[in-house]
Amino acid sequence: MKMKLIQPFINAADAVLAQGLQSPMSIGNLSMEQEAYRRKGVAALVAITGDIEGRIVFDLDPETALRVASHFAGADLPESDDLVRETVCELANQVTGNAVTTLNDQGFHFRVHPPVLHTSEHGPISTEDTEALVICCETDRGSVFMNIALRYNVPLSGDLAAAAGE
Amino acid sequence: MEQFASLKRSKDGQPVRYLMVDDSVFARKNLARIVETFGGQVAGEAGDGMTAITEYDRTNPDIVLMDITMPQMEGIEAAEKIVAQHPEARIVMVSSVGYQENIVAALQRGARHFVQKPVKPEVLYEVIKYVLGEDGAVAHAAGAGA
Repeated sequence: MKMKLIQPFINAADAVLAQGLQSPMSIGNLSMEQEAYRRKGVAALVAITGDIEGRIVFDLDPETALRVASHFAGADLPESDDLVRETVCELANQVTGNAVTTLNDQGFHFRVHPPVLHTSEHGPISTEDTEALVICCETDRGSVFMNIALRYNVPLSGDLAAAAGE
Repeated sequence: MEQFASLKRSKDGQPVRYLMVDDSVFARKNLARIVETFGGQVAGEAGDGMTAITEYDRTNPDIVLMDITMPQMEGIEAAEKIVAQHPEARIVMVSSVGYQENIVAALQRGARHFVQKPVKPEVLYEVIKYVLGEDGAVAHAAGAGA
């Protein structure tokens, strides 16, 4: 997976989280996922179809999800509140939507699907075709993990290949 | 949250009434909090395009804030159907997916404007003022500027 595909997600996470939480965000760690995805807490999955296909999982441990959701709600929420899960889903939607907007303007064509709550403990194992990159976004409310697995759906040529850094 | 000078309806000085359409409860609540800082009032809510059409008929809002990516019926199709029935409808698309084709498609099918998520209140405020045009008025509080 090329950094040119990943950078828009990092930029989008920075824009969405820094604006929403009204504090700076930094990238804490960036790693390739070798094994099956293991959910950390409250996770939302956004599927992408088109020139590049795959999914982005936005994952927060329960305490961080509660702090983030309470910040957006402007009030302390109980951990069981549906709004905690709704908040994680909408943040995943906004980050993916903003990143896809940038990639679309580079010539890629996608369709973003509505976010769904990711409830299973494990996800599929990464393959050579769908490498998963895990990005840890550090915020003052805790760590937000983005697990990004994308693969090219069509052979790239010309401008698209250049945009993807091929 | 920042407070803005109230936007009222010119014809009767009443608060501007909004229909919020988004499949995310979080997004609807967030938008509701923002429009309340404009002095607006939530007339109704819908979580998909189909419900948006019936809620428009029921509430007859001044402004519709409409998401694009939704289950059952997407926002652009719902906007087109509402405008076909109500050419005067003022629909502002509010979506995280803000690429050119999406914006053009929304505008061609009847939306008046587009705002990208995450929504900046000051941007939405200016868009609402623009979309209301002469049907909206900024109400200055008594004693303001004193």
